[in-house]
Amino acid sequence: MDTEIRVQAEALDPLAEIPQVYRGRSEIGGVVSFIGLMRDFNAGDAVSGMTLEHYPGMTEKALAAIVAEAGERWELDAVRVIHRIGALYPQDPIVLVVVASAHRGEAFRGCEFIIDYLKTRAPFWKREQTADGASRWVEARDSDDAAADAWSKEPDRR
Amino acid sequence: MIRVLYFASLRERLGRADEALENHPDSLSALRESLAARGGEWHEVFAGAQPVLAAVNQEMVADDNALADGDEVGFFPPVTGG
Repeated sequence: MDTEIRVQAEALDPLAEIPQVYRGRSEIGGVVSFIGLMRDFNAGDAVSGMTLEHYPGMTEKALAAIVAEAGERWELDAVRVIHRIGALYPQDPIVLVVVASAHRGEAFRGCEFIIDYLKTRAPFWKREQTADGASRWVEARDSDDAAADAWSKEPDRR
Repeated sequence: MIRVLYFASLRERLGRADEALENHPDSLSALRESLAARGGEWHEVFAGAQPVLAAVNQEMVADDNALADGDEVGFFPPVTGG
């Protein structure tokens, strides 16, 4: 399984990254991707911007462990995970997960697994700026924990 | 000596990003207790109702994890990436 994992301050361009996963690999027949975007509202308030903090060193390790676990559960040919840090604005891509597999079911499940685990285990924290000029930390969601927990209760989730 | 790092809202509430502890407890749970014992905001954070996650040497661990000289401990709120 080829893997590429990046945490970057530079803008993330999903349409430039996705073909990199299958370029030159004619045996790859199916690619699934997830793009997480910054929205202009949260918890009932208009949001004008966001800053993404992370734990340097641990972030890369945590992402690598999540991707490795996906590779153990399913047969994946390639995985690419790119996550932004720093300042973001509405509609900016925050995260990209791309998974290639010979079996499309495994690619779909692998992709969903990776984003579900990333949202509960990768050390990033969002601080958002609301339209009125205030600033607050985004709260973790129970629904994200539930989604991650479900992977241990229904390992193959089909 | 261990290094302790504080992230996100914890860093803001406690007023520091990191510190070195020369005489350190030998487990993560004992470390939490000693930090809570500083009182004030430290007690609010480490003995409060809101979860404080911990990593030792950049891996998430359970509270009974032992601490050794040279370890790096990170404390942080539930994560919100993705």
